[in-house]
Amino acid sequence: MEQLLGFAVPGVPYGCAYAVFAVGLVLTYQTTGVFNVGYGAQAYVSAFVFAWLVEDHAWPVWAAFVCAVVIVGPGLGLALDRFLFRRIPSSNTTAKIVTGLSLLVGIPALLPVVFGNQNLVGAPSIVFNPDTVYFHLGADVPVNGIYLSAVLLTVVMLVVLVLLLRTTRLGLEMRAAVESPRLLELEGVNARRVTATAWAVCGLMAGLAGVLLAPTEVTVQAQDYVTLMVAAIAAAAIAALRSMPVAAVVAVLIGVVSLTAQGYLPTSSFWYSAALPAFPFLVLVGALLFVPGLRHLDEAKDPLSSVDPPPPPPAARARRREVDRLVRTGFFVLLFAFVASMLTWMPPTWETVMNQGMAYSVVFLSVTLLTGTAGQLSLAQATLAGIAAFTAGQLAHHLGLDFLLGGALGAVAASLVAGLLAIASLRLRGLGLALMTLAAALLFDVAIFPAQAVSGGTGGITLKPGWLPLNLFAPNGHAYFLVVLLVLVLCTGGVALVQRGTVGRFLTAMRGSELGAAGVGVNLPWQRVLAFTLSGALAGMGGALLAIQQTVIAPGEFNYQLSLAFVVIVVTTGVGTVEGAIQAGIGLVVVQQLMQYAPQRLQGLTFVLFALGALAYAAHPEGIVELEKRRWTERAERVLTRRRRAPATPAVTGRP
Amino acid sequence: MTGADRPILELDEVSAAYGPYRALFGVSFSVGRGTVVALLGPNGAGKSTVARVASGLVPASSGSVRVDGRDVAGEPAWRIARLGLAHVPEGRGVFDSLSVEENLVLSFRRLGGRGQVSASLEQAYERFPLLKERRQDRAGTLSGGQQRLLSLAKVLVAPPKVLLADELSLGLAPGVVDDVYAGLADVRRKGTALVVVEQQVDRALALASSAVVLERGAVVYFGPPSGARAAVEQVVDRRARGRRHPASS
Repeated sequence: MEQLLGFAVPGVPYGCAYAVFAVGLVLTYQTTGVFNVGYGAQAYVSAFVFAWLVEDHAWPVWAAFVCAVVIVGPGLGLALDRFLFRRIPSSNTTAKIVTGLSLLVGIPALLPVVFGNQNLVGAPSIVFNPDTVYFHLGADVPVNGIYLSAVLLTVVMLVVLVLLLRTTRLGLEMRAAVESPRLLELEGVNARRVTATAWAVCGLMAGLAGVLLAPTEVTVQAQDYVTLMVAAIAAAAIAALRSMPVAAVVAVLIGVVSLTAQGYLPTSSFWYSAALPAFPFLVLVGALLFVPGLRHLDEAKDPLSSVDPPPPPPAARARRREVDRLVRTGFFVLLFAFVASMLTWMPPTWETVMNQGMAYSVVFLSVTLLTGTAGQLSLAQATLAGIAAFTAGQLAHHLGLDFLLGGALGAVAASLVAGLLAIASLRLRGLGLALMTLAAALLFDVAIFPAQAVSGGTGGITLKPGWLPLNLFAPNGHAYFLVVLLVLVLCTGGVALVQRGTVGRFLTAMRGSELGAAGVGVNLPWQRVLAFTLSGALAGMGGALLAIQQTVIAPGEFNYQLSLAFVVIVVTTGVGTVEGAIQAGIGLVVVQQLMQYAPQRLQGLTFVLFALGALAYAAHPEGIVELEKRRWTERAERVLTRRRRAPATPAVTGRP
Repeated sequence: MTGADRPILELDEVSAAYGPYRALFGVSFSVGRGTVVALLGPNGAGKSTVARVASGLVPASSGSVRVDGRDVAGEPAWRIARLGLAHVPEGRGVFDSLSVEENLVLSFRRLGGRGQVSASLEQAYERFPLLKERRQDRAGTLSGGQQRLLSLAKVLVAPPKVLLADELSLGLAPGVVDDVYAGLADVRRKGTALVVVEQQVDRALALASSAVVLERGAVVYFGPPSGARAAVEQVVDRRARGRRHPASS
């Protein structure tokens, strides 16, 4: 008993930390309708500001607390509402998730740019002294300030928020605003202000959580907050994003069970090294499979949603024939110039950069197909790329198989995993599906990729020249370029054909309305599995090509954060068209390379740029690049038509 | 014009659009205090859009809307609601995810403090005992007719100056339609002016003191109810023959 207590009690502060975030997630979802993955990033900002003011500027603790929690926390929440989430129609689940993701990816990258790289050691504790042992539980289980702070924070927060949401007028209005802001306005309530208040409250809670949890770690790092989020998501999912007390209890249990198991399991066993870190994700998968409330998340509920005007069509489909011909000719001229340059005068550095960009483009095509065409959001595309790369690596290592052939087999493996993932999540859609893919990505990250048998440990697999024919590793040869170009052209053509063909129409129908598609006889489960399988194959091929280019396949190269970044990047440049994927791939590497010439401090800006772009996704779901393209096309059309004949008046139609 | 005979709701040359799709072309009519206006017309004529423009859900692209003599063009919906205009939108006008009681409380809170709220709840439950029975259930679990009655309970207890009732009878069983219309008559007796958007022409005209007939986003008739039936029939007739009305071209 004593031993059990000794193992379990240290789990309590961890569990409480998870609970604080889980409650925050449920709160945000209940009061704003957004599953805000960026909540952890919000908490990090407050913790960062707090520690920075105290350590670097010697502010008194109370002043720093007021600034970080009372001003920065709600201020950030209000800013998120004002500039981002207010612009997203409540029915657009993808936009809400992507925006949250951009915050999670973008904010930790932005802080060093603004404040410089900081190493903030040991933020001070507010309530209890972390090192003082206040009393002993049982005979010799010490309870120090960290435990007391964590428990106190969790309980106080839970009680306050439940009371706020269930008994106050504001809470009632917040819940009503989530369902339909317009209906609430008809009751004479300023729904915008209610939602803004909700965001401010959530921001305050995030700030409080961030600052009070800061002393539990040695330094204030974004990574810790992101990790906390992951376990919190599992707890929030068990509570079906509805009940804050359930979320808190489950979160504490996750913490306690993890640490207790950690105490009992032998450190060298598989259970210790793989199953234990995977525990929160297994909980998440279980919740997604068995909690019925999660199957109907984010179904459009607003009876007044028809008040919004319909979305505009994509640029490529709105083009006139003359302009279309011009664009196509221009594209082929550009392609020819690009290939000629790569083969003749391009400096080796830039040739490498472009090669990498093309390999990324192949991976990104998988996002185009899955998210752009089929409307399914997957947060595991980098994982699928990694599966193919490790498969090819192991086949080459053990069997001496040609790496390109191995890459093809790896793509098959990735597509199988993607298909299985799709089958497992057939009953989920929207947010539920995104969470399932995220859980899968995290499982691979912590339990499968680091395993000796998969990646050969943390160092990864180093590619040997003998594994490849055609001298593909030669620094000055163009063999790799030609291979990547060939694969990219084939994949682009393939995806474009799929988009235009029968399958593409089925997938587009599914994206538009699952109910409508089922009504005209589209086999939804099969189409979804198909989309995932094809997308897995594309991601796999891209992953194998990336591995050749990088010459080392390390577990960290294919982590879930990369998956998040992938979605964010492609969504920025245009998720609806194959051009969007290529723009994303080339854009990513070109910006990264240009950043090499920028000052050290701005290194993190690449992801910030793309995150900013994704924020524009809220207003323009077709992607910011696609939007500009349409504007330019329209300009060109105006010039062309003016030259030919008198301008035609745009047709005005009444609404049927 | 003195306050007493000033119309409670006036639309003057109002046009409106959903993005690039124009829906109303210069609609004008007025609603006197305590009177009932039936808003008639075929599907897609713009009846719901008129109601939405009046309550501020859809902004008017030109023209003016006056509630109780005050120009409300460009004002947010919640401000117009506070001037005493209530709008029960087509389909569902209650919050699915809130309980029946919470739906009522949300409306009654603006009347006053907790005492006022519970008094209002008592009144609502007295008029509609069914709502009392199901007060803890989520409003989404009510049937279509029960949801309309819930909407009516709100306006009966706290009568607005003008009520826009959009297709209250749509999709209801005939007996339930009777209940809904009995409720509307009660609302009227409390001095509330009504704008009844309706496809069941006879029902609406029986209640109305004047009628507006819309066709393709424009008013083709505004006058006493007696002439409305003929106007509606003409519209239907033109539709059947596929002719465009001059007002929309």
